[in-house]
Amino acid sequence: MHRTFDRILLAFIVLVAAFSLVTMWPSEPWHYLPSFIPWPEGQGIKIPFFKFDGTDIKGSTLERRAMTLGLDLKGGTRLVLEPDLTNSPNVNLDDALNNASQIIERRINEFGVAESEIQRQGNRLAVQLPGITAEEAMQKIGKTALLEFRELKTDANGNVAVMANGQETFVPQSSLGSLDDAVWIPAVATTRDGQSVPLTGQYLTNAYIGADQAGLPVIDFQFNDEGAHLFEQITSRLLKQPIAFFLDGEAIKTTTGRVDAPIVQAVISDKGQITGMKLDEAQNLVKLLKAGSFPVPLKVVQSENVDATLGQDSVQKSVIAGETAMLIIMLFMVLYYRLPGLIASVALSVYATIVLAVFKLWPVTLTLSGIAAFVLSVGMAVDANILIFERMKEELRIGRSLVVAMEEGFHRAWSSIRDSNVSTLITCAILFWFGDQFGASLVKGFALTLAIGVGISMFSAILVTRTFLRVVISIPAARKPVLWVSQAGTKGDGGSREPASLPTGGGG
Amino acid sequence: MLDFVQKRNWYYLLSLLVLLPGVISLIIPPGLKPGIEFSSGSMFEVSFQNTVKETDLRAEMSTLGHPEARVQGTGQNRYLIRSSVLEGSAEQTPEGGPQPLGEQQSITRALFTKFGSMLKDDGSLATDSTGQPIPWTVQSSAVSGTVSREIGRKATLAVAAASVAILLYISWAFRSIPNPLRCGIAATIATMHDVVLVMGAYSIFGKVFNMEVNTMFITGLLTVIGFSVHDTIVVLDRIRENRQRYPDLPLHECVNNSILQTLGRSINTSFTVILAVTALLLIGGVTIRPFLVVMLIGTITGTYSSIFVASQILVTWEEGDVPRLLRRIIPRRAPAVVEEG
Repeated sequence: MHRTFDRILLAFIVLVAAFSLVTMWPSEPWHYLPSFIPWPEGQGIKIPFFKFDGTDIKGSTLERRAMTLGLDLKGGTRLVLEPDLTNSPNVNLDDALNNASQIIERRINEFGVAESEIQRQGNRLAVQLPGITAEEAMQKIGKTALLEFRELKTDANGNVAVMANGQETFVPQSSLGSLDDAVWIPAVATTRDGQSVPLTGQYLTNAYIGADQAGLPVIDFQFNDEGAHLFEQITSRLLKQPIAFFLDGEAIKTTTGRVDAPIVQAVISDKGQITGMKLDEAQNLVKLLKAGSFPVPLKVVQSENVDATLGQDSVQKSVIAGETAMLIIMLFMVLYYRLPGLIASVALSVYATIVLAVFKLWPVTLTLSGIAAFVLSVGMAVDANILIFERMKEELRIGRSLVVAMEEGFHRAWSSIRDSNVSTLITCAILFWFGDQFGASLVKGFALTLAIGVGISMFSAILVTRTFLRVVISIPAARKPVLWVSQAGTKGDGGSREPASLPTGGGG
Repeated sequence: MLDFVQKRNWYYLLSLLVLLPGVISLIIPPGLKPGIEFSSGSMFEVSFQNTVKETDLRAEMSTLGHPEARVQGTGQNRYLIRSSVLEGSAEQTPEGGPQPLGEQQSITRALFTKFGSMLKDDGSLATDSTGQPIPWTVQSSAVSGTVSREIGRKATLAVAAASVAILLYISWAFRSIPNPLRCGIAATIATMHDVVLVMGAYSIFGKVFNMEVNTMFITGLLTVIGFSVHDTIVVLDRIRENRQRYPDLPLHECVNNSILQTLGRSINTSFTVILAVTALLLIGGVTIRPFLVVMLIGTITGTYSSIFVASQILVTWEEGDVPRLLRRIIPRRAPAVVEEG
């Protein structure tokens, strides 16, 4: 009964470990492993109709994602942005740059490009972003993101302007074929203090993704007080007329590729909706709107790929050193604790594999601080094993049977493993919260990776090591005392009561 | 049998002696030297015709008096170098140029002498009008820091809040033995002991070896705190267990037994961590050394403080050492007060 359960657990652990191994396997293994063995490489198997992150369900493939590594370990893209003051000569450059750098920081947070780096470089801004291409970086960070509300350009007689052969001509609205050809001008209204201004995204207080009755994605947005005042005037003026949304001077298009210009049905003030967009475009736009638009347009004057800030060679060396350290620790455990040490080493490998797989799937942007947290959690996992074995040894020395000693060892070690891990998790929660509140992404990343590591380490120490030990104990050949405890230690504790083979105790 | 508790006042004295120089160094400004991440400086990009290794370039920058420089590859034999402020460097030369001023110029020249011909942004050889190769920077400019100095203050706040939470948790988790709050306070003091020791040591290194504080240092400190709390709880846990099993045993004996029983585990655990850190120090990359140094000191003091600070505080408290010490001082003063009166 007991034994069957252990075997099922063992099978489960092997499955989880195998899945984790496939998941965490690097696509460029020669960076981490001796290169004379032809390791499997690449992005792995492709299975249709399934993807881990669930973004694109139909017809996608299961591609093993790459580990998201931070700027310090892998590098990324460097963009240099310069404010374009041609249309706004009166803007204070310092204010504009400070403002823009705050907006970039917000965008970085919205898009989840963790551990980026922004710096002022003369009269420019230099941004380094990990793990994305220059193209993506420009899409996400470089856009001015000015959302405009536009109306049809009309003449005094109510005819609308259309572009034909590069010329603007006015035609009656009824004969207008498609809104795509029409000329759009910013919708202007009067502020409370009497100024005539265009309505733009700067008056938004919030924007979020919703769904319409058909379940299609929509963007709901809310205006602040001033914006509501403007929007009310515009919607009452444009009743039964179309209103279009422009981003950085380009009309937002619907999924069918047409200008997204709904007809105003009623006078509305404080909120509105953009419908008909593709989900990913809508998500992108919401993120941009939330982060705000640049006070002046910024143009990308330079973009290049950059290596790790810690230095590629240095990272490479440290990876090898880390692996060597891991092997030395395992060797020490095997020499000192014998068979349990060997079991713990296997359990630790399983542990490290699972943690790395979780990092990949989460996904966590791994930086040096993340690695530090990982190493600490490995240390704690080693310690959990050491605690258990020391307890086991104590129990064996007072003459307990192997099975009893093992169960006692786990039982007694558990309270300290639990308390130390719980207090580490509490620390992580607080560090994460503070890091989040204060925008200290270093502290936040450390806390997240440590929490993942410690959570799994509790699972590993109790479930994995215990199951391995139980299964091994059920094999008669593995019960030789010399495999479990050193002779000297037993004798030193008085009396060589050691039987030729340690009894398995009552339960087994 | 070894007695770890008898000489507790000597351990406090030892801790004090080790902590003191560091604390003094922390008080004398600059307590901790902020690194280039926190302050403005200079950035320039150079491109070489020949193969130049990142390691060699970093070493050369160090020789030229800029060990803090961050060397980041941006292409084949092309590097972006971020250093502290280079005197007399141009505010900005976006298109690059042969003659940046001052220190910037001498560094570029030195790199040219050491590594050979330099390339322009378009990949052509940088030459003067006669076709002779000349030193060249692809771009150079003054740059701001990338990390706000605020991060130090924020991290301190976060750690302070975490310490209070841990104090409360330990006090709750140890509620089965008398005076659980003492365990919480003892563990927190031990952790603070380790934090101050590491910061103090780093402050001294800053003054002697010019080591600067960067985000890596903060990461290291967070790791040390995690280790220290973990280690202390393991030792305290044994005290809790023995206290429950043998409630009639005097506390000092109980603590001593617990230390002896956990000694093997303490030594083995720190030994494995030290082994790993030493391996990384010896064969790992140069750029993560500050982190490793913090880890090495932190692991040693983290293990030490669990046995020789946290556990001892429990005994000191129980035996009433502090009131006794006060009584020994006060009666001597009391007559003086009387005389004056």
